[in-house]
Amino acid sequence: MKHIVILGNGIAGITAARHIRKKSDYKITVISGESEHFYSRTALMYIFMGHMKYEHTKPYEDWFWIKNRIELMKEWVSEIDFSKKQLQFESGQTLVYDQLILATGSVSNKFGWKGENLKGLQTLYSLQDLENMEENSKSVKRAVIVGGGLVGVEMAEMLHYKSIDVTYLIRENHFWGNVLQNEEANLIDHHLIHDHHIDLRHSTELEEILDDGKGHVAGVRTKSGEIIDCQFVGLTVGVSPNIQLVKNTALETERGILVDDFLKTNIPDVFAIGDCAQLRNPQPHRKPIEAVWYAGRMMGETVAKTISGNETAYRPGIWFNSAKFFDIEYQTYGQVPNENSAGLSSFYWESKNKKACIKIVFNEASKIVMGINTMGIRQRHEVWDEWLEKNRRLDYVIEHLGKANFDPELFKRYEPEIQQAYNYEFPEMPIKTSKKSFLHKVLNK
Amino acid sequence: MKLIKQTGLFLFIASFLLFLSILFLGSFQLTDEGFNQIVKSEHQEILAEGFSDIIGKEYNLSFGIVNDINAAIEAINNEFKTAQAWNQIIYDDYTASLVRVAAKGTVAENSILFFLLTLVLGSIGALMYIIPDSKLSGAAGIKNNGIFHKALNNRGWLGIMIGTFLITFYILLYFFPAYITNWIILVQPLQSLINPAATSSQWFLYGLLYTFAVLVMGIRMIIKYRHSNYQIIRTISVMFFQLSFAFLIPEILVRLNQPYFDFKNMWPLDYDFFDAWHIKMLTSSGGLGIFMFVWGITLFVIGVPALTYFFGKRWYCSWVCGCGGLAETAGDPFRQLSDKSLKAWKIERWLVHSVLVFALVMTIAVVYNFITGTHSILGLDTYTYLRKPYGFLIGSIFSGVVGTGFYPLMGNRVWCRFGCPLAAYLGIVQRFKSRFRITTNGGQCISCGNCSTYCEMGIDVRWYAQRGQNIVRSSCVGCGVCSAVCPRGVLNLENRDEKDRLNEPLLIGLQTEKEQ
Ligand SMILES: Cc1cc2nc3c(=O)[nH]c(=O)nc-3n(C[C@H](O)[C@H](O)[C@H](O)COP(=O)(O)OP(=O)(O)OC[C@H]3O[C@@H](n4cnc5c(N)ncnc54)[C@H](O)[C@@H]3O)c2cc1C
Ligand code: SF4
Repeated sequence: MKHIVILGNGIAGITAARHIRKKSDYKITVISGESEHFYSRTALMYIFMGHMKYEHTKPYEDWFWIKNRIELMKEWVSEIDFSKKQLQFESGQTLVYDQLILATGSVSNKFGWKGENLKGLQTLYSLQDLENMEENSKSVKRAVIVGGGLVGVEMAEMLHYKSIDVTYLIRENHFWGNVLQNEEANLIDHHLIHDHHIDLRHSTELEEILDDGKGHVAGVRTKSGEIIDCQFVGLTVGVSPNIQLVKNTALETERGILVDDFLKTNIPDVFAIGDCAQLRNPQPHRKPIEAVWYAGRMMGETVAKTISGNETAYRPGIWFNSAKFFDIEYQTYGQVPNENSAGLSSFYWESKNKKACIKIVFNEASKIVMGINTMGIRQRHEVWDEWLEKNRRLDYVIEHLGKANFDPELFKRYEPEIQQAYNYEFPEMPIKTSKKSFLHKVLNK
Repeated sequence: MKLIKQTGLFLFIASFLLFLSILFLGSFQLTDEGFNQIVKSEHQEILAEGFSDIIGKEYNLSFGIVNDINAAIEAINNEFKTAQAWNQIIYDDYTASLVRVAAKGTVAENSILFFLLTLVLGSIGALMYIIPDSKLSGAAGIKNNGIFHKALNNRGWLGIMIGTFLITFYILLYFFPAYITNWIILVQPLQSLINPAATSSQWFLYGLLYTFAVLVMGIRMIIKYRHSNYQIIRTISVMFFQLSFAFLIPEILVRLNQPYFDFKNMWPLDYDFFDAWHIKMLTSSGGLGIFMFVWGITLFVIGVPALTYFFGKRWYCSWVCGCGGLAETAGDPFRQLSDKSLKAWKIERWLVHSVLVFALVMTIAVVYNFITGTHSILGLDTYTYLRKPYGFLIGSIFSGVVGTGFYPLMGNRVWCRFGCPLAAYLGIVQRFKSRFRITTNGGQCISCGNCSTYCEMGIDVRWYAQRGQNIVRSSCVGCGVCSAVCPRGVLNLENRDEKDRLNEPLLIGLQTEKEQ
């Protein structure tokens, strides 16, 4: 019986394992040094903040793996011999595979700052990092977080839970500058500063981390020379594919492990999926490396088909993503660049209390909608997927915006306001605003 | 703000301790007058001798007098038994009423003062502790910080202590009300205010405490979930139904010489609805009584299927029901303790449907007896073999002692999930004929587990969400908390077309998935 070995028990590796099991009878082994069972990395912050315990973050009960004959091994792999098709474990053991799926995930970036290995400084990716954070955040008065992205803001929330004052250094002139446009980023900035008293520093770059003389962080110095005293530094300046293990081997890598459309590497019977994979030919609307949960899941599903005998190319559909910045939820569908390039224009609406907004980007000439960023208003994935697929125009989308609303019942509905704002801004292509009767709303959404 | 909170906590704890100590205050002395007032004339002579030592004696604690009275009555009954004089045996439960008239001293004489110092001050203290959170806890949003780090919410020492208190309280309430006579006296002033002719009973005490709990903790619920209109309005709804339908209206009806009736309670949760005495009481109480009888039947015959079809069982379980009301307010701090395992789900299905069958069989027997004027069915005495065990096991132990007593240990919906026959009935309708479902949003789930953790019914919501499948489960009470705590906006309670309700799992994301 063919033996499939999967290195990495994250969303990518586990999805592959589950789907291979559904479609075949192969022997499946999943290896990870981090944890015995699959847990949700995205929930790390909630363990720290006491919303959940580690057990709650495991998406499947422990019997699931036995019942589905998926063998789990908690081991660190130290070397792979591709010619012998054999893994070498740190513990000394070895394991032979017929086909290997690499799903090793990412590592947190560090860019060689002076003092970046001091105690009290850390990144956040794994369970071990979380343990360190428990330790490092004890008796801290002020923390500095470097890097305005998703993990940074999660870390800020975590420290906030421990009543630690947070100074947040952002290189760009607004939060998550390489993804969000100005307006929606400003709304988040406002939320962080006014509702959560985060000391947010725009356009501020880290120069070095200062030592207290005993090997522990004492503060940071910024490029402009300012010194900020702190006892904790959180480095959240992005992640890179975790390819340390295969770097100087026959396996072709660039930033990540290079794979073709079928997620195959240059070595036969070796595949790579998830954060660690780099697509040689990404589709025009997608990036070669997408370190998000959803991409890992979709790659896992795709590779499972190929391995089970149904060669399938990886064809992700329309981009989507979501996040949460303290209390404000963010969702995005389609293409919203951080700045409108030539030929693109956008419609922006914001609620008066600065807790909700939408940004719709469209093609100036054809008025076809390219994508949406939304804060504080949940949108229906299915509807947006269809609209973007069918190249709907801005007026159509605004007119039917209520159909895409996914907020819970009885929530304030913003569509009338949005439509009014739209009609004011685009008098040349007005839309009808229709009101539904109360009974209609209750019985028939 | 912090000071108000701390003062509130102090007041609450102080009044709670006073409330406990009230049981040990004052004394009891049964007078001839009291004896004659309570004991039926035909029993007075029989019991006179046994009571000769009790009458006039001063007891410091309720335990002494309760034990002596019980012993005296039991001694007489034993004599009758040895003499095989079955029809002489005294079945009337005199103990509680006798202890009640025997009470004297501090509590009995100052019941208004003690009422204010315990229940009223306790509630004020609790509110002082709760209300500042609307400012202190920062901007509106998910407020689950530290839940698993707290002794109250995570089966720590505080949770265990509260659980022990609640279990003890329910056992005393259901089976030994005489021991809590002082508490019952405490609520007499309020009882008199609502209905001057009435004497407070343990059930009035219970109803009052229950209503206080729902109201005070309802305010807490509203503050905690103030970012969600659904939660705010739903909580106001359960507070309203508890205060008016469950508490005030029945009392007012009694004052107007009408039958005690809770218009929102229904069979089979209201398991004595078809008891002969209940049917007789309603049908002999004129137009309103007949209306109550018809209303009670209409509610479960037409109301349940119709409303559940349009809205799911939530219209009852998390908007109207009293048990649900307590669970959603006082029980909210414990919702994360429900068991999410597949095994628990299996046990749940067996148990809750067995209770439904039990209720059904018992009711059929009771109705059969009522129509035919008999007392037994298939040669078995209905009361001994069906009605009494049901009342004891299900009505008291399961719904009260376990159902609420175990809040801090097994979560706030133990009864609703494992025991309530009405929930089982509503659930069958919801599962097979309803427009209600929880929709999952395309491919957005990140499997974080918040939804499952905070599901009070122990539904593994994530299991469905991460595979893109609507959640259609008979047990879902539609509290909406999964949707509120999901950090990615994945879940939505919806009433929509029945057609696509039981869908195949579908995650949006891959182009190939659509082609299939
Ligand atoms: C705090 C945080 C929050 C996030 N939130 C979101 C979010 O909200 N939405 C979103 O889309 N994405 C989010 N992400 C990103 C998302 O978690 C990742 O994209 C995803 O987990 C990657 O999955 P994977 O299966 O590729 O790899 P991983 O989950 O990293 O799994 C790889 C596993 O392989 C193990 N491994 C690696 N090398 C070896 C070896 N040599 N021997 C043994 N084991 C090894 C690793 O220890 C690890 O356990 C978040 C990430 C973090 C850190
Ligand atoms: S809370 Fe939301 S994102 Fe988390 S597992 Fe549940 S549905 Fe998925």
